[in-house]
Amino acid sequence: MPNSTLDKSRKGNFITVVKLPGGEIKSQLIRLGISEGDTLKCIERLPGGTIVVRKNRQEIALGFDLAKKIHVTLSEKHS
Amino acid sequence: MKEDNVSRSDKKNTGSAPLSSERQTSPQKIVLVGNPNVGKSCFFNYMSGMYVDVSNFPGTTVSITKGKYHNNDLFDTPGIYGVGSFNDEEKVARDIILSGDIILNVVNALNLDRDLFLTLQLIDMGKKVSVLLNFCDELKKQKIKIDTKKLSGLLGVEVFETTAVDNAGFDKLEDAVKMARTGKQALELQSILNHVIEKSVPQSDALLILEGNESIAEKYTRPCGTADEREKIYIGRRNRVNDIVDQIEYEDSKKGEIFNLFGRYSLQPATGIPILLVMFALVYLFIGEFISQRVVNFTENTIGKNLFEYNVKSFVGNYTPVDIKLISKDNTGNDVIIKTFQFPSGMDDDQSLKNEFRVMSKKPGVQCDFIFHNALPQLFFGEFGVITMTVTYLLFLLLPLVIGFYIVMAFLEDSGYLPRLATMLDRAFNKVGLNGRAVIPIMLGFGCITMANITTRLLGTEREKSIVTAILQFVIPCSAQLAVIAALLSGAGIGPIILYISVIFTVLIVLSTTLNKMLPGESSPLLIDLPMVRIPRMSNVLKKTYFRSVGFMKEAGFWFFIGALGVGLMQITGLLTVWQNAISPLTTVWLKLPKEAANAFVMGMVRRDFGAAGLFHMNLTVMQKTVAIITITLFVPCIAAFVVMLKERGWKEGMIIWFSTWITAFIIGGIVAQIVI
Repeated sequence: MPNSTLDKSRKGNFITVVKLPGGEIKSQLIRLGISEGDTLKCIERLPGGTIVVRKNRQEIALGFDLAKKIHVTLSEKHS
Repeated sequence: MKEDNVSRSDKKNTGSAPLSSERQTSPQKIVLVGNPNVGKSCFFNYMSGMYVDVSNFPGTTVSITKGKYHNNDLFDTPGIYGVGSFNDEEKVARDIILSGDIILNVVNALNLDRDLFLTLQLIDMGKKVSVLLNFCDELKKQKIKIDTKKLSGLLGVEVFETTAVDNAGFDKLEDAVKMARTGKQALELQSILNHVIEKSVPQSDALLILEGNESIAEKYTRPCGTADEREKIYIGRRNRVNDIVDQIEYEDSKKGEIFNLFGRYSLQPATGIPILLVMFALVYLFIGEFISQRVVNFTENTIGKNLFEYNVKSFVGNYTPVDIKLISKDNTGNDVIIKTFQFPSGMDDDQSLKNEFRVMSKKPGVQCDFIFHNALPQLFFGEFGVITMTVTYLLFLLLPLVIGFYIVMAFLEDSGYLPRLATMLDRAFNKVGLNGRAVIPIMLGFGCITMANITTRLLGTEREKSIVTAILQFVIPCSAQLAVIAALLSGAGIGPIILYISVIFTVLIVLSTTLNKMLPGESSPLLIDLPMVRIPRMSNVLKKTYFRSVGFMKEAGFWFFIGALGVGLMQITGLLTVWQNAISPLTTVWLKLPKEAANAFVMGMVRRDFGAAGLFHMNLTVMQKTVAIITITLFVPCIAAFVVMLKERGWKEGMIIWFSTWITAFIIGGIVAQIVI
């Protein structure tokens, strides 16, 4: 599976988080339930690159600048 | 004090034995803790009998509410995702949690993997905890099963199933308090923690020091944990959460997935922008048409001016020299003086003239203008009378607007729409160095700049707070001002409206891009969880509106009074005329307005709508009106907003913004005047 960043994901993609950016934002992501190795579903990609993902029943929106820094692998189907 | 507690608990808990009778121990501090929108406030209201905000937007309940539960103190805290210091709410919640004896952790049963992170952190802190599992009714609907017994075993604390909306499981709350205990802490943490605890730091504080809370580390003069150390602990905790959820949660079918059309449509601009426009139109119909035209027209003119002010002023006029002008509208809608009554030694002195005045003033459409001769009656009951004007403006003009506005805000907050709006607009806000969250204070600003200034707290960095604060003071007209502007421009055609909007919008773009370039540092990216979209419960909306309106009146009332006193003093000491003359070159030559327009700027410093309202009585051309309202919009915020801004942003930044609005207002207003008049 190709390595990519979260901002490249499309609606309906399944995403496995490979690497999160460091610092405070990483702690915040982990608390919200996004950590390395997790699988998320991209449920919306807005023009400009704001990404909305779902993990279980929780929907989380991430700005383009943040999504750009999150390394992921993308796939069409749930692994 | 004691009697009060007894009577309160008697009233509230029929049938269950009061806790205080069993234990005569000293009162304990019970703290309700949970993620945003898990229903903490419902528990608080039930337990304490007092109401607080139930808020859907993460970050709107900054204040802490305290109540009594039997003999104990009960605290509500802002919704947080973890105990830390990432923002103001967390810091506030953190300090209360640290000082608490018993923690009631409210958990959303539908979002266990998010919510249990906080639960485990509370347990790791060594606090006595009970878990209140909320939204248990939704579990059945969505075909999810949670093994609460097993969860309780894994956590090492009691877990109670509840449904806050219909108080299900609330009979167990007393047990939850009694049975709260320390849970199973992470093994890997214990050895590191022991090291810190030896040095006489409580376990809860020790953990937070390890997790990099600088202020706690300073308090005990211990070296603070690094970001790496925090990350390690967080990852360990996250893994434990995932492990627990795997063991206790079963989904019967995938059909349980929430698919909410409205929530989804409000995100994509193609559908989200029409939704936003419809939203705006509804809000305009409600506030702009219904409240500010119909309701305020009745309260301000009928109750405020014709009933309250007329009676107060004519009562005072009985005993003090006064001239009274009766004003009516002629066929073209202009004000004409129909008669002037003179009472050189008070109305009681000339009963026949007084009766004539009484009869004439009661005719429909007649307004009375009281001019008191003496300074003190003028100060308190005159044109800018501290008593007359303050009461009319506060209770009969502003209060209906504020209530209408708070109803809208509470409705939007509870519906879960605001975080989605923030998401949709994120990219646009990025262009000016902000993220989508900034939409909240800016939207609030259209209601009231003072409130909006407080809400800038929820923004991530100082840089963003500065940009939004500047935008609010410079370009955003508040609801009261908007109402007056709308009235001034009505019937003027589309041209002036387009001119007004395009000038203000240009200033907004130039201002925010300049600040984005000038201010050092980076802005924080958007990271926001989207709560379920739901139809707000009207009782919650109304209660929230009530408490906020009361709070607003308490805060604004005093400054209103001071402002009216200030302008009143300027009027009776002649300073107002001095001021008019001093800036008359600016008003008449540069802005091409009559000299009296200078009054509008003095009044505008007190209240933004006072300024615009002052323009009503002048005979201005359409373009003069447009120039005047552009200048007034860009002009300084009202005195209450100014004070709050100084408090939030500090003296230096506050004063820079305040003086800059003066300069911008006159420069832009003047340029427009030179071109169009």
